[in-house]
Amino acid sequence: MATLPKSGTDEFIKGLWKENPVFVQVLGMCPVLAVSNTAMNALAMGLATAFVLVMSNIVVSSLRSFIPKQVRIATYILIIATFVTVVDYLIQAVSLDLYKALGAFISLIVVNCLILGRAEAFASKNTIARSAMDGLGMGIGFAFALFCLGAVREILGNGTLFEAQLFHDSFQNWVVMILPSGGFFTLAGWLLLFNWFKQRKARREHATTLGLSKETV
Amino acid sequence: MSQTELASRPAPPSIWHMYRAMVGVGVVCGLLIVSVFQVTLPIIERNKAEALQEAIFHVLPKARTSSTFRLDDEGGFKALDGDGAGERLVYAGYDDSQELVGLAVEAQGMGYQDVIRLIYGYSFAEEAIIGIQVLDSKETPGLGDKIETDPAFLQNFESLDVSLRDDRTELANPIVPVKHGTKTNGWEVDGITGATISSVAIANILNGSAQAWMPRIQNKLTDFKGGE
Amino acid sequence: MHDESLWTIFINASLVNNFVLAYFLGICPFLGVSSKLETASRMGAAVTFVMLVSSICAFGIQALLVAINAPYLKLISFIAVIASTVQLVEMFIKKVSPALFRSLGIFLPLITTNCAILGLALFQTNKGYSFVQCIVYALGAGAGFTLALVLMAGLREKLELAEVPEVTRGTAMALMIAGLLSVAFMGFGGLGS
Repeated sequence: MATLPKSGTDEFIKGLWKENPVFVQVLGMCPVLAVSNTAMNALAMGLATAFVLVMSNIVVSSLRSFIPKQVRIATYILIIATFVTVVDYLIQAVSLDLYKALGAFISLIVVNCLILGRAEAFASKNTIARSAMDGLGMGIGFAFALFCLGAVREILGNGTLFEAQLFHDSFQNWVVMILPSGGFFTLAGWLLLFNWFKQRKARREHATTLGLSKETV
Repeated sequence: MSQTELASRPAPPSIWHMYRAMVGVGVVCGLLIVSVFQVTLPIIERNKAEALQEAIFHVLPKARTSSTFRLDDEGGFKALDGDGAGERLVYAGYDDSQELVGLAVEAQGMGYQDVIRLIYGYSFAEEAIIGIQVLDSKETPGLGDKIETDPAFLQNFESLDVSLRDDRTELANPIVPVKHGTKTNGWEVDGITGATISSVAIANILNGSAQAWMPRIQNKLTDFKGGE
Repeated sequence: MHDESLWTIFINASLVNNFVLAYFLGICPFLGVSSKLETASRMGAAVTFVMLVSSICAFGIQALLVAINAPYLKLISFIAVIASTVQLVEMFIKKVSPALFRSLGIFLPLITTNCAILGLALFQTNKGYSFVQCIVYALGAGAGFTLALVLMAGLREKLELAEVPEVTRGTAMALMIAGLLSVAFMGFGGLGS
């Protein structure tokens, strides 16, 4: 399946859809599900993670010949933890309200398997430019996925999107959506959708390769 | 192993290389963190002070300025320069003519889901709590969080009696939660149907704090007068 | 600063605000790890132990950082301590019981990236718990984590044999079960207060 991506743009695009960290790789959702109960929180969390991902990819890539193999994981974690601390203080400075909503979960970005995974699998073996693109693509794909999660939860659970009322007053909020269980259900729903699309595509490709004249869907 | 294999293997890194990498990266990371910290610290402190001011003015509606006081070991209250942090703090609010409006006190306790933090305003003139604001709560959205939005519930705190007994050592009547619609006395908190535990929690938090602070505060009115 | 009773803290951490089902922490092993009941309980025990040790160390580190006024080093020191704890636990188990070590296999090093442990350290620091409160909190969190893991493993073992729609196979189904478990655990709200 893997054909080498040809350019920097390819590295960027693969993170958005084909290898989307949340929907396809199912990686790194761990620390973020709890705070994806509104679109704003989810987006902020996703962008914070993206920032750490890009920065750590860049730094790891630029130091890749400097860091010996034996200590690489420890060094990567050190770098990632640094950028997470930076993001933590930046968010505090920008919006205390947002910080109160996200709380300790910002610090938990450091154990997001996605970031360490990309550093190990990609940034340590590729040029700075490519690593940056990879980080950007994965990061935005991640933020996008989180946004989908948060948006659905906020729309169904609160009747709003970014605090703007969407439905008529008579709309009964599905409170469960804002609760943790709603997070599980929503993510399951999105994954289901994604799986369904993938299977349909696979079936179509399979049918075409066999040279069948009509689609059997 | 053959000679070619041996030759093509990279030399194992020396201890010096590993040490250099970890310490080098460590130092750079440390510098980065410290600089970001220093740059953002004043902004964050300012944000926090503003948020606190807003809360104080919310629970003491007529206040325009405020001062922080700390309870010292002799039971008196000393004004702090600037904003203090830590325990045993109360905030005094003053109106435009530097008259004391009242005191704002922070309190916290266990709610339904997790700890609830709130701040309440106390008026010397009325010997009552005249407003509360929930600072931090993780109560169930749509149910428990009515403690922040339900107008009937919030009415409880427009004048919640916390007067002292004649000997000025204890609350005359502890703040008690009562079932919705059965409130008859000024020190009772009318609960919210469907959010019983959360509303009871608020009453208990206020009671606990009032029991501890009111005797100390009400006898020290002069400590707070005199503007900033 | 906190006057919650120890019992309340324990119930809160293990049931009401279960780390996995309420905070979504520790999901990686929760979803990705094998669905065997036995491995689940072993993992849970290992995590509880690491939580306990990390909790104590985190308490000490926080006190130290406050003393030298370097709060920004919190995250890095916590991570370093957790990683070292896991390393030590691994070596300890290897020496004391090689059989147990072999059966745990890859799980042990995976505990390092377990968000639940770092989450525990951060939460208890934010809440300002005393030493004893920290220990009870860690035990409660570990117990809750093990409980959630064991429940999930048991359910998934049964699911392997059931007929489910193709699209839901795998993670989607696991997440839906987790959601239902989460709803069930909400029934614990208000307990212990």
